[in-house]
Amino acid sequence: MRYSGFKVIKEALTGHKGWKPAWRDPEPRPHYDIIIIGGGGHGLATAHYLAKVYGQKNIAVIEKGWIGGGNVGRNTTIIRSNYMLDGNEPFYEFSLKLWEGLEQDLNYNAMISQRGIMNLIHSDAQRDAFIRRGNAMMLNGADAELLDAAQIRKEYPFLNFDDARFPIKGGLAQRRGGTVRHDAVAWGFARSADSHGVDIIQNCEVTGFRIENGKCLGIETSKGFIGANKVASAVAGSSGRLMAKANMRLPIESHVLQAFVSEGLKPVLPGVITFGAGHFYVSQSDKGGLVFGGDIDGYNSYAQRGNLPVVEDVCEGGMAIMPIIGRARLLRMWGGIMDMSMDGSPIIDETHIEGLYFNGGWCYGGFKATPASGYAYAHLLAKGTPHETATAYRFNRFETGHMIDEKGMGNQPNLH
Amino acid sequence: MTQINRLAGGQIDRHTTLNFTFDGKKYQGHAGDTLASALLANNVRLMGRSFKYHRPRGPLTAGSEEPNALVELRSGARQEPNTRATTAELFDGLQARSQNRFPSLKFDAMAINDRFSNFLTAGFYYKTFMWPAAFWEKIYEPIIRKAAGLGSLSMQEDPDQYDKGFRHCDVLIIGAGPSGLMAALTAARAGKEVILADEDFTFGGRLNSETHAINDNVATDWVASSIAELASLPNVRLMPRTTIIGAFDHGIYGAVERISDHLPIPPADKPRQILWRIYASRAILCAGATERPIAFENNDRPGIMLAGALRTYANRYGTTAAKRVAIFTNNDDGHRTASDLATKGVHIAAVVDTRPDAPSGHNYEVLKGAQIVNTMGRLGLTFAEVLQADGSTRMLECGALGVSGGWNPNVHLTCHQRGRPTWNGDLAAFVPGGTLPPGMTVAGAAMGDFSTHAALTSGTQAAATALGVKAVNVPLAEDAPIRQTPFWYVEGASRAWLDQQNDVTVKDVKLSHQEGFRSVEHLKRYTTLGMATDQGKTSNMGGLAIMAELAGKSIPEVGTTIFRPPYTATAIGVMGGRMRGKDFHPTRLTPSHDWAKERGAVFVEVGNWLRAQWFPIAGETHWRESVDREVTATRASVGVCDCTTLGKIDVQGVDAATFLNKIYCNGFAKLAVGKVRYGLMLREDGIAMDDGTAGRMADDHFIVTTTTANAARVYQHMEFVRQCLMPDADVQVISTTEAWAQYAVAGPNSRKLLQKIVDPEFDITNEGFPFMACGNITVCGGLRARLFRISFSGELAFEIAVPSRYGDALMRRLMSEGEEFDVTPYGTEALGVMRIEKGHAAGNELNGTTTALNLGMGRMVSKVKDSIGSKLSERAGLNEPDALMQVGIKPLDAEQKVTAGGHLMNEDGPVDAAHDQGYVTSAAFSPTMGSMIGLGFLKDGSNRTGEKMRLVSPVTDLTIEVEIVSAHFVDPEGERVRA
Repeated sequence: MRYSGFKVIKEALTGHKGWKPAWRDPEPRPHYDIIIIGGGGHGLATAHYLAKVYGQKNIAVIEKGWIGGGNVGRNTTIIRSNYMLDGNEPFYEFSLKLWEGLEQDLNYNAMISQRGIMNLIHSDAQRDAFIRRGNAMMLNGADAELLDAAQIRKEYPFLNFDDARFPIKGGLAQRRGGTVRHDAVAWGFARSADSHGVDIIQNCEVTGFRIENGKCLGIETSKGFIGANKVASAVAGSSGRLMAKANMRLPIESHVLQAFVSEGLKPVLPGVITFGAGHFYVSQSDKGGLVFGGDIDGYNSYAQRGNLPVVEDVCEGGMAIMPIIGRARLLRMWGGIMDMSMDGSPIIDETHIEGLYFNGGWCYGGFKATPASGYAYAHLLAKGTPHETATAYRFNRFETGHMIDEKGMGNQPNLH
Repeated sequence: MTQINRLAGGQIDRHTTLNFTFDGKKYQGHAGDTLASALLANNVRLMGRSFKYHRPRGPLTAGSEEPNALVELRSGARQEPNTRATTAELFDGLQARSQNRFPSLKFDAMAINDRFSNFLTAGFYYKTFMWPAAFWEKIYEPIIRKAAGLGSLSMQEDPDQYDKGFRHCDVLIIGAGPSGLMAALTAARAGKEVILADEDFTFGGRLNSETHAINDNVATDWVASSIAELASLPNVRLMPRTTIIGAFDHGIYGAVERISDHLPIPPADKPRQILWRIYASRAILCAGATERPIAFENNDRPGIMLAGALRTYANRYGTTAAKRVAIFTNNDDGHRTASDLATKGVHIAAVVDTRPDAPSGHNYEVLKGAQIVNTMGRLGLTFAEVLQADGSTRMLECGALGVSGGWNPNVHLTCHQRGRPTWNGDLAAFVPGGTLPPGMTVAGAAMGDFSTHAALTSGTQAAATALGVKAVNVPLAEDAPIRQTPFWYVEGASRAWLDQQNDVTVKDVKLSHQEGFRSVEHLKRYTTLGMATDQGKTSNMGGLAIMAELAGKSIPEVGTTIFRPPYTATAIGVMGGRMRGKDFHPTRLTPSHDWAKERGAVFVEVGNWLRAQWFPIAGETHWRESVDREVTATRASVGVCDCTTLGKIDVQGVDAATFLNKIYCNGFAKLAVGKVRYGLMLREDGIAMDDGTAGRMADDHFIVTTTTANAARVYQHMEFVRQCLMPDADVQVISTTEAWAQYAVAGPNSRKLLQKIVDPEFDITNEGFPFMACGNITVCGGLRARLFRISFSGELAFEIAVPSRYGDALMRRLMSEGEEFDVTPYGTEALGVMRIEKGHAAGNELNGTTTALNLGMGRMVSKVKDSIGSKLSERAGLNEPDALMQVGIKPLDAEQKVTAGGHLMNEDGPVDAAHDQGYVTSAAFSPTMGSMIGLGFLKDGSNRTGEKMRLVSPVTDLTIEVEIVSAHFVDPEGERVRA
């Protein structure tokens, strides 16, 4: 079924009887060519590109709960490609380009909104670093724009320019960055994958891998054994627990990241702002809520909830940079599990077990990567070689010293 | 008398009349009113518009669960959007405005959406607005954004103060209704430290809304005497107007106390609100229950509200919403409202009870087995249409309709740590589940104990059990049986509202099911059910009950969405507290700050420090003039710079040298007493972490310096190494950054200047105190000091440290003694220029991705000892033949600007990422070289000296030609430092 304005009107006039489920609810078949574990953004995107771009058939996505219930359903919806390092920038720029055509590709309005993202600058050293980053972006074909304080003030007059502990000295903007209706990404990929024949199997928990002679033959699930030629994990925060079932220990720690939304407000913020002297970033959703976040809680945890110190830290940053929000109310706070890697960058790679693949370590930057992650993972699964934009995301980079450490924080996952 | 809907009785103070305005119109109410009760008393039912269809709305509730009656409160910078009229305490001069309407509340042009509601069903926007692709951001989305949102921010800085604090108790009792009061009395009489918090401004909870007796007296008398007793006890803290917003780990509860929200403006020196973190050994949740509505056609008109709310308005606030009132109920509770209102003289049009076996009323008519199938009245209810048991319909004239679908226990806080509630079939409601936050007990209606007697009893029992103390006697109270059978919606409605704020109807739930969005989380996200400012307190239950029915599952199988903090929406300001403006972070001032201020220094934020950036003198109009002068004067004679901000760590113990040998990649074991050595420390992953110096003051005593930026991190790292990696070593570390004022005295005349203040018994000649010497000395006639002969500027230089309290005096003394040498104070800019001229790495080079090799110090990493990071620094990827190496950069044309952050490209060839050769880390104008210069990292840079390259910086629109040179622009042989 194709969605369109005409279809909406037609259904409205005929009692909405023609709408069909956005995806089927099939029972698993005994065997698939490729099984993707994890019905989140990355898993569903992988299925979509495998089927649509790489022409693979006989694919299943296995999800222990309901699709889109992990980080794709609880992030702060920002897309951008403002990375600096060679291993990262081409990949994230590829992702941003995929976002730009995604709605037409999926026939689903995920409300991709290139409202721009502005990283504020508060010191000379920060400006130097942002110039280097902006240049790296432009040399990779992305857009970047350096602004001085007066230009920022013109765009965002309500930021704290008069009384700031760390005055705003400028900003690095990426106008093509923006926000997306996050749940719709999962649903759009799911609907498209389903329409290309992918079986999306919800409420099916993976309980183990069947591995014989170093080869993965399939998965044990709450719905029984399902065989596969290739099994591909894409479970983000649950990576450690899942891969432990294959006796793998990952260079990843799981951490809590909280996010926040305010009550609905008439338009305040046109784009995304990040505070460079505190842990705070914010955008405003189409519905009117200020969506904001900050640092991870800092301790290892699988609990999808956080604690007050970080809530306070984030709101302090918000009040410092944007004191007009004092009387707006925080409506809801929530937590997700971040698969924090040792260098802050992801892994899209085969494992030492034949037929078992891994995609994870997205830290808290996975949402913006969703299309490219799916595309690159699909490429790896279909062709057996890394996608050209994802050649650096290998397991062995820690062994060989090819870390991709954007923030320069080293092998301490909670600092990335 | 304009308050035409006032009834007799209630808790309002009729002697105190308060004036207020709503949408500019003047009204009067009384002390003890909420904005909603006062408006209802004035016969105003229309208070807001819904989010999507802009339907006219009045209050649905009388409490914090309110979805409809949201207003902008106050004006100017104190404007407060989305404030619930149902909880806003009335004060004299209160100003409120309706929101999300244009041009007026009564005539809202956006209500046109309601006409098109058939097109604007759940999730319609996911299916359209895709063609043409460019229109989404240019046309469709701007229209949607403008229409969305509810209230407006003032766009001005919030003028009020907020505070934060900690409190501790044996037991936190959340809610001061019948169960909470009993729990508090039980704990308090046993001598426990008690905090009793309630979101309301009056204690008593539901007892304020009922006419029940306790011990044959008015219930509120019992409340008053209980509160009086609690208030008299030193171990009890009563916290009205305090919402427990969340149950966090380790028995920590977040609480927001509203200090001044009931006043026109906060009193002087009082905050608006306070965030308390309450550390409670035990908590007893006595949060009561929320009444649930029934969905039926046009069930959202102003005047239609929960039956219990009508009762609250009548019994507590002495007001009715209308002169003629009907009731629609599926349980006995609706009859209480009818009875109470009838007793107060309100005409009851009828009680419409879905139950064929409904009880009869003695002072009102009951239509048994009947349902309300539609209502009329554009801006307020006028008629309700009843489908009677015999199939006939009947119109009831009424201005208000009380709806009761039963009550849901307020389980929210029990679920904040991911516990799930369990289904109680008898109550047809979720009750607290088996997994509660550790230390929490639940009592009263929140536990499903709905009768007053049951609530009182469970309150004392919960406290007694939780605290191991004696229960107290339970006073006499009603103990009516509870009959709650599910009745969620009236069949056949074309539009029956579940979530009134977000305009989610029964049909939307059905469409969600039809399209496969069947899990509760999908339902919520697809329809926006429960995502409004009330977080679905009155709507979620109905939605998931309908989904369960459609899916052929039981309600517990379908389950609930996750309850998240805060319990009610909380001002962002209070979460930020005082950490805003200049108080966002502490400001650290250097010992010479006052002196520098007197000199007219320009200051700059360096982390939390404020440092002098440069010292302008008369006639200088541009910062570069000042900086150039400071550099030139220092290199020519002598300059002084406050470098107190560099981290100082005292390392002591028998194993101090062994410890530093582990920390630094270069050797420290053999450093002689009285000598300083440059040290580079690596992270575990082999990347450079920080650099600095360590001076050996004694065999077992080192003084380590770090960069300003990494002072805390290095200290943390040392503590980690000491405690975790070398637990048996005899070594202690302590940060002394603030304890010592430290000044760099640099330039060819630095020794001469210092000789004037260093006490004569200390020999600081080149022979007596050579380069890289250190020692304890005295200055100015006996003041203890430390002297280090180290240089960041590349000149003959010292760093001298005195206890911080002498820092100001020492700076002044250096200035006066230095007059004969034209001593020049210099700031961080000149410091930076001189270190770039000398090729010293700083924060821009130590950026967390560079190795000792990159920094040109590869050979410093000792192979003969094990130090942190040395092994991993040997990885192939960090030692590739064309590894980045630190180089100097000079423009071919001296007039051109070298940009830090620019990238290096070969002289010819494409300019793109694939041909990137490196980047510039630091740049400055060098008065010594007469042009801008830079430091940077270049692939294979150590073998490319003399090469011409292009420096490109597209983001600053610059391309220049540069030459790769040695990073040591000044005195590459290092003769000056040894002079």
